[in-house]
Amino acid sequence: GCFVFKPSTKKRRLSEKTAHDFRSRSEDSEDTELRFVTCQSLWNQIKSETEQIQEDLNKQLLDNLVNFLSRSHSEFQEKTSEWTCRMKFREIPTAALVLGVNVTDHDLTFRGLSDVLQDNITPYIALLEAKDCPGIKNLMQKLMGQLMNCDIDVDSLEDEDCVQVSQNRIRCSMSSLISWYESVTKKTDSETPGKKRNSSSRHWQSPPVVVIFKDMESFTTKVLQDFIVISSQHIHELPLVLIFGIATSPMIIHRLLPHSVSSLLCIELFQSLSCKEHLSTIIDKLLLTSRFPFKLGEKVLQVLINIFLYHDFSVQNFIKGFQLCIVEHFYSQPLSVLCCQLVDVKKRVYSLSHDQCENIRRLPSFRRYVEKQESGKQIELLTNDSFLKEETEKLLEDLHVYHENYVSILRCLHVFISSLPKHPLGKQIRELHCACLESRVWETEEYESSLQLVRMLNKTDLVTMLQQCVEILMSSSGKEFDKTVEKFKEFLSQFQNLEEASQERDVSVSSQKELQKKTDLYHLQKTLLELKESRRTKKLTKFEMLRFEVVDYIDSLVRKYLVPADNRTLHEIVYFNAATVLRGHLNAAPRTALHTALNNPHWYLKNQALKCDGGGISNKAPDICIVYKLHLECGRLINLVDWLEAFSTVVMAAEEPNADPASSDQVDDIIHARFIRAVSELELLGFIKPSKQKTDHVARLTWGGC
Amino acid sequence: MPNLEHPAYPAADLLHLESLVPCRESQVSMLLSIFGERQQFSFPSIFIYGHTSSGKTYVMQTLLTTLQLPHVFVNCVEYFTSRLLLEEILIQLQSSSSDTEQTCPVHCDTLNDFVRLFKQAVASRELQDQTLYIVLDRAEQLREMEANILPAFLRLQELTDTNVTVVLLSEIVWELFRPNAGCFEPFTMYFPDYSIGHLQKILSQNHPPEYSADFYSAYINILLGVFYMVCRDLKELRHLAALNFAKYCEPVVRGEANERDTRKLWKNIEPHLKKAMQTVYLREISSSQWELLQHDGGEPGQLKGLSAHTHVELPYYSKFLLIAAYLASYNPVRTDKRFFLKHHGKIRKTNFMKKHEKTSNHLLGPKPFPLDRLLAILYSIVDNRVAPTANIFSQITSLVTLQLLSMVGQNDQLDGPRYKCTVSLDFIRAIAR
Repeated sequence: GCFVFKPSTKKRRLSEKTAHDFRSRSEDSEDTELRFVTCQSLWNQIKSETEQIQEDLNKQLLDNLVNFLSRSHSEFQEKTSEWTCRMKFREIPTAALVLGVNVTDHDLTFRGLSDVLQDNITPYIALLEAKDCPGIKNLMQKLMGQLMNCDIDVDSLEDEDCVQVSQNRIRCSMSSLISWYESVTKKTDSETPGKKRNSSSRHWQSPPVVVIFKDMESFTTKVLQDFIVISSQHIHELPLVLIFGIATSPMIIHRLLPHSVSSLLCIELFQSLSCKEHLSTIIDKLLLTSRFPFKLGEKVLQVLINIFLYHDFSVQNFIKGFQLCIVEHFYSQPLSVLCCQLVDVKKRVYSLSHDQCENIRRLPSFRRYVEKQESGKQIELLTNDSFLKEETEKLLEDLHVYHENYVSILRCLHVFISSLPKHPLGKQIRELHCACLESRVWETEEYESSLQLVRMLNKTDLVTMLQQCVEILMSSSGKEFDKTVEKFKEFLSQFQNLEEASQERDVSVSSQKELQKKTDLYHLQKTLLELKESRRTKKLTKFEMLRFEVVDYIDSLVRKYLVPADNRTLHEIVYFNAATVLRGHLNAAPRTALHTALNNPHWYLKNQALKCDGGGISNKAPDICIVYKLHLECGRLINLVDWLEAFSTVVMAAEEPNADPASSDQVDDIIHARFIRAVSELELLGFIKPSKQKTDHVARLTWGGC
Repeated sequence: MPNLEHPAYPAADLLHLESLVPCRESQVSMLLSIFGERQQFSFPSIFIYGHTSSGKTYVMQTLLTTLQLPHVFVNCVEYFTSRLLLEEILIQLQSSSSDTEQTCPVHCDTLNDFVRLFKQAVASRELQDQTLYIVLDRAEQLREMEANILPAFLRLQELTDTNVTVVLLSEIVWELFRPNAGCFEPFTMYFPDYSIGHLQKILSQNHPPEYSADFYSAYINILLGVFYMVCRDLKELRHLAALNFAKYCEPVVRGEANERDTRKLWKNIEPHLKKAMQTVYLREISSSQWELLQHDGGEPGQLKGLSAHTHVELPYYSKFLLIAAYLASYNPVRTDKRFFLKHHGKIRKTNFMKKHEKTSNHLLGPKPFPLDRLLAILYSIVDNRVAPTANIFSQITSLVTLQLLSMVGQNDQLDGPRYKCTVSLDFIRAIAR
């Protein structure tokens, strides 16, 4: 979505009502209020974090654009009269902004862009969308409306001379735009310096007018051409800058505009960050951190990533999905009240009610934990609430520490894995993360082959990787890593020492030199065999020994820290794992749902009478279901009379099972009416349509007919 | 070369005019003789046509301004509705007549109003004794306005009963204008393209003050040698000349060659111009970037043009959808069974290909296909099962908005929608990789 332009129904109405819904729907457990508040505050934190991330990511692009814009009309500012300037054709400065196919994310970028421009360059910005501009007239109207309104906004403080002009009164032509521009710039010129020093120093005397075409692809050629031709004739009076928002590739400019028009433009290309990198950053900052107590389970993360990669490339949708996970988790899991920052955990654990304690006892991971304890402790845990609370707090702290360590070690492992040929465990850290969450990563084949490959790394690579690991571990907040860092540093110094002991290798080199001297075939063969022997039994060099040691050490770290979260006690509290729920929400299947509803009404209506077995057609089902089922048995063209006959047979079977078949020759009027209604309902749903080939037939529009 | 002569206008003005419109003397003298003296009625409407940048607009404008004939000059692209166009003519008439800034807003919706208001305006300007010229540039746009606009302009003299001449400027011939119902035939006049000699003469006229005219004219000669094959647009050529002149002067500035050293200068500039033809001229890189490159002395290779960024990243299923759409567009329906079914029957090789199908389908362009066929092909080319979720359907719509697919005949919502694939084989190859 690029792709989907969903109306934002999923947007939570953060109101009292929602809190109420939260409570009333789950009466069985307490703390709903608290859960709601926690959920809200967590989401707000995450939201501000993501906004920050996005701002940082777009900064480079926006800076470049601002730079371009400030450069673009410098000639207009200086009013140079040099020969070259006189001779040169005045082109319209144009920025082609390639944003990628994730159209849903563009809005945010454009909003950021217009904010930045407003602050730095010009107050005159118009954002145009293709759907508003089917013709040049609409485009001009839209453009002038936006520009003149924005001016009114700026000057709203001193509106005596600001005449409120209504839309249709304005003559939508370039000349009125120009006269407006002149009047506006003149006004700021003549202003007393004290009054509005601030704003006039921010912008120059004649700020450019920026027109942003949000979705270049959807504009019609004619509109764009006309607009560019018109504005190029007035570029001397109106410093216009165009920005094309492009979703596909800049080639589209050449496809949309003929050479005679594109030669009026001075196009520069700007490329935004690819959405995949964007996602990586988001995952890195939101999920692979111990800052937020809430975590995604493996399946859920996989669902979100799959939707991103397979369907829409939209980071916004990913975040929306993440938000849905949070809401769903806090809504459905009563114990999610404990999913909070570590400082609050203690207080919250001790205020848990008895019901909640029972909830804890019911958690599968907790049950497993209890089973492992000795019998005395088992009884305590299962009967004594306060003991349970103590234990819970301890376990939650453990879980927190586990997360901190997990993230650091995961990053270290990623350093080693990411540069391997063929990427057995994936190139991105998110893939590694999924693999680790899914199962014990060290038991997988991919892990085995990756370690094999790490064992073949050369020295310089290994040293740089170790250095990176040291940096990661030093910066992590986990306390346990002092020893690990020590160990890594030791490895590094050992590698350093190896330099001196590199003479050994010369021996083998010399033997190869010998080989080159000999010309006798027999001798050659012999030496080759010898060489082979020696290689097989050759003692490992010091470097190789050390490399093995490093790999073994990493392996031990992985086994210790990268245990899948499912194995941790109380993981249900912070991990959201209901992938099916999420899939149902995010990956709707309208066709399937419709088919289920019509084919098996019991599924939705939950009426026992409707429960049918096998392929039989129940006569108690709604008419449309009967008609639908009957039509499934037909070919591409359906004879209405036959259909009606079949329908009446099914319906009559219910009413008078032992009626005289001779009397039912004439179809009852009511049944006829019911049939017609059901058929027209099917037509409305798009299953059939009237056919022109045969007047008393309808054509099927769905699968099955042939 | 005919010198411009006309008894009605002072000789000095005519001489000045002649210097301003090189290579168009014959057309100007022709126009002058049609116009006649100031107070004489002229032909009601004149139609001037000629290729892009053959000087139509420029000649008309200079002619009317240097001789100070009363005129109104309107571009029909800019005033895209008849109302705007008519109002603009009236506004220009008013503003040139009255010195006061305040002109009352004109409202003119129909031609009837226009004729009335026009008469008033002319009367208030006391122009009865002079011919008023209304020049409509890019007149081909008039055809898209209301049907009565063009015929009315052609007979405006008769309708308003004033001394007015309408001049239409267009790039297409009169035959394409003529309405079905017939109309007054204007006097047509053709402006031929500038020849290479003309171009040379016109371009050399404006030489930079620092350098001699000969030096600049030698430069123009080289420039035309490179670009004349692809571009005869005067405006464009002048732009290119200005862009690349700095490079041409470089050896002279550095003192390596003097202004007469044409051979050396040619060697220096020729490859540069060729490169410019491939980049700036096609607008692959912008002129300002080109200038920047020249300034830094960098190679244009480092700057990638617009066409270099052809790669489009698409989500996994969008790629498959697009490939499926391409297959559906270029393969005949009959072959679907053979290509996408596991157990298709044997097909006799003879008469499998009908004669007309021997021509490559790529030459015939994409054919429309129904949605169901697209989905069927999608299901068979994707390895694992694809659920027909809303996400898949919305991707199809998104591909349409991105103009990678296009919708054909969307009048009936219930009818299965039909699409066409609009991307090229190269594009498909790139994403299929």
